[in-house]
Formats: sequence, C-alpha cells, structure tokens
Amino acid sequence: MININEVVETNQMILEDNLDVRTITMGISLLDCASTDLKTFNQKIYDKITKSAENLVKVGEDISKEYGIPIVNKRISVTPIALAAASTGATDYVSIAKAMDRAAKEVGVNFIGGYSALVHKGTTPSDQILIDSIPEALSVTDNVCSSINVGSTKTGINMDAVRDIGQMIKKTAYLTRDRDSIGCAKFVVFCNAPDDNPFMAGAFHGVSEADKIINVGVSGPGVVNKALEACQGTDFEHLCETIKKTAFKITRVGQLVAKEASRRLDVPFGIIDLSLAPTPAVGDSIAEILEAMGLEYVGAPGTTAALAMLNDQVKKGGAMASSYVGGLSGAFIPVSEDQGMIKAVNKGALTIEKLEAMTCVCSVGLDMIAIPGDTKASTISGIIADEMAIGMINQKTTAVRIIPVEGKKVGDMVEFGGLLGYAPVMPVNNFSCEAFINRKGRIPAPIHSFKN
Amino acid sequence: MNKGIITVVGKDTVGIIAKVCTYLAENQINILDISQTIVQDYFNMMMIVDLSSTDINVTEIIDHLDSIGKELGVRIQLQRDEIFDSMHRI
Repeated sequence: MININEVVETNQMILEDNLDVRTITMGISLLDCASTDLKTFNQKIYDKITKSAENLVKVGEDISKEYGIPIVNKRISVTPIALAAASTGATDYVSIAKAMDRAAKEVGVNFIGGYSALVHKGTTPSDQILIDSIPEALSVTDNVCSSINVGSTKTGINMDAVRDIGQMIKKTAYLTRDRDSIGCAKFVVFCNAPDDNPFMAGAFHGVSEADKIINVGVSGPGVVNKALEACQGTDFEHLCETIKKTAFKITRVGQLVAKEASRRLDVPFGIIDLSLAPTPAVGDSIAEILEAMGLEYVGAPGTTAALAMLNDQVKKGGAMASSYVGGLSGAFIPVSEDQGMIKAVNKGALTIEKLEAMTCVCSVGLDMIAIPGDTKASTISGIIADEMAIGMINQKTTAVRIIPVEGKKVGDMVEFGGLLGYAPVMPVNNFSCEAFINRKGRIPAPIHSFKN
Repeated sequence: MNKGIITVVGKDTVGIIAKVCTYLAENQINILDISQTIVQDYFNMMMIVDLSSTDINVTEIIDHLDSIGKELGVRIQLQRDEIFDSMHRI
C-alpha cells in the first residue's frame, strides 16, 4: 500500500516543483474531408474537428481534478492541410486556417496544429499555395500553428523551400508587427518531422496515423532540478541515476493521464513524448538544470555535454515508464520560454552558435529565438539550412522557430505573453550566404556509411 | 476497488480529523488507513478511502473537502490513488 512519504513526495512535485502534464493532443485525420469545393471542405473539417474533440477539454479538466495533476494544454493536430486540401483546387488556403481557428475556439483548445506541408523531396502546387499563404493565415488567426518539413535523412534538403521560407518568415513578421511579430512564434520548419508530435507549434497528424489518436507530452524540468539539488558534488553515476529515476516518475504520470484520456474519449492512445519542456515560470527551466550540474551559466563550455547527458538519461528513465514513446522526445531549449536561457543571453553567455551546437545532441532545435527585424531573408534561410543539415546527417529531428522582430534591435526585449514568454533580441552572424541560398534545387540525401 | 487518497496539509488544529471523518461517514466512504507525519513543521495527514460505495461523484467530494479545508485553514485534497501507484510502484 502507498505510504505517506510517497504521497507527500508526489504532491510536493506538483505543488512546489511545477510538475504537470504539458499537453494532451488529439490527432485528427482530415483525409476523409476531401472535396472539390473549398467551402464544403471547410465545413467538413470544422464539423469533423468539433465533433471529434467536443469532449477533449472537459475530459482533460476532469482528469486533472481527480488526480490532482495540472494538465496545462489541451490541443489538436490535424493532417497537413497541403495534403487534405489539395483536391479543392483552391488558389488560397487562408479560409481553411480560419475554419481551423473557429473549430479550435469552439472546442476550447488553445492551439491547433497542422497548417502544414511536407516538402522534403519536392513541392506540389498545393504545398506552394500553403507556404505562400502562411503569413496571412498566421496574422488573421489566433490559435492556428503551422509547420513545414523541408528535409529528411532519406531525401536530403529541399533548398528551394528553405529559400522561400526565409522570405515567408520575414513576411509573417511584418504582418504581425503590431504584436512583436508573434506570427513567427506559431511557425516551425523541420527536418525529419515526426508524425505524432504533441507539442506546438510543430504538431501535425501524420498520414501514417489512425483516424484519431491521443498523444501526450510530459514535462517536469522543475522536478529534475529539485532532485539535482541533492546531487551537489556527487559523481556522474549518481547524477545520472537521479535524473533517470525522476524521469521515470514524471513519465509514469504522463502514461496514466494518456491511458485515462484515451479510455474516456474512446480514442486510441498513441505515444508519450518524453520531452522536458520548460515554461517561463520561475524554477521550470532546462537552463537551471544544466546550471545545477555545475555550469555558471548555460552556454559555458561543458553545456553541450551536460545537455547530451540530461537528454539521454531522461530517455532511459522515461522509456521504461511508457508503453509507447514517440514524438520529439528531446529536451526543449526555447530561449523565450525559459528564465535561465533568458538570463544567460542577457549575461552574454549564450549565443545562437552555441544553441546550434546544443541541438546536435538531441535537443529539438533553435526554438523561440528573437533576432533583429532587419535580418536578411537569406540569412534566416542560412540559419535554417544549417539546422536542417544537423538533422539530416545525424538522423534526428531538428527544427527552427525564429522570430525576426520587426523594428527591434539587438538587446531589445520582446514580449509574446503566456507560455510563449519573452525574449531578448539576439545578434546573428550577418556575413552573407546569399549566393549559396540562391542556388536552385536540393541538397542530396547523405551517405550512411563512413560515419565520422 | 475504487480508492482515493485524502491528504490534509497545514497547521494542526482541533477537530480536523473529526470534521473530515463525519463527512466521509455521512456519504458511505470507508476509511481503510490513516497515517500522519510532520514535514517541514507542517501537519501532514493521509487517509486511504474506499470510494466504491458512495453515490456522490468524485469531483463533488473533491470540492466539498476543499471547502472544509478552507473553513479550517488547511489544505484538504482528494486524489484517485492511481497517480501514486503509477509513480511509486513498478
């Protein structure tokens, strides 16, 4: 039987260390909504989303109350719209984004992902229409998130799409200039995007998925941080064991919530995403975990090694706690959503180049980084290309969510609000890559031998 | 069995257990185990209760216990026991 110390430990994690389940995300296939008429398509997707997810928020709130564990977000991901909407023959998809937004508001979720296209090998006319419409779609909607997969280990990188996206991000920043270019915070570009990611902005419901699915993202940097307080001066073995055990406990709660949500909604359970996801709340920080390991500030030499170890231990502990693991499953290092990261940038300890190095060891990518509004589109494309190359060569998911904040300069503060947090504008390397980015075509798939 | 864990955390005062137990008895909620400890100067009490005989919805019981707690100036929480089982038992 459970004893009082175990009960107290669990409740302290929840009350004092910000333990929560970050998101229950319902994936919904829209492939059966295909229509040759755009209006009919919009009605069909609205109906399917609102019917499938009508109880999602209520069930999430009930589970949260009965188990005493906060479930921060209830969200929806749908089939990439470029695929689902191809048959409409429409030349503009903004009305689809609006239909998604209305559906999200109707069921009460805070984000809906899947205004997406998969162009890692090539771009269809439908993909191009979607990419071209992203700036407007993200400026006229509140809850819609968008993503584009431009590369994969098996296909290489679609550099034409990378070039287009650099310009598209600039346009999105301009259209949402009155709100610190927040549109860019709702768009992410991927290499090796997973089909079952529950986290925004990159969640979409892949074509390999069932009609509906429940995916859950766990969290808990605060809990890991607290556990590490007891590891001052201990050796690596003890440090790793502590992280593993903590990750196991956190993930077990996610697994319980996922199974229960799946049962109550009568929708199959997909995966648990083993990601440590920070929030702007004090103490809920990945950077502080790395600092608790012995770094003065995140970004100091040793940061990449510390992050690599943290990630690996979280996966080792979490994998045993869950029956199915998937999604992104790597620590997130978003600058704006993590107090410790913001502090390190302000101290001059953390640069974009160091963040890029950190993404090589299995954090997910360059995330929520504010850069000067006058950064050239080709420079943004260059940053994206670098990050995609890391994913392609290392057979891992990488992503870029970068915000060239209109009218802001290095050192200015940008406020996105809520979970998206706030960020200092970081300097970028402005030496030109224009001639490289302006080349046409693809970077070929890499060879998978002679690994060095 | 449909079990719940009630925790009471706060400054110790007269009649906390009496008040909680009266409410549980009135609603056919059987107490299986009680233990208590002091953590960081705070009174911590835990009850394991059987929720299978009561007609009341769990969320209503949670709300009612919460209001008793507010009256007494302590935090009273009911949680389904699976969260503790999954975290602490393999």
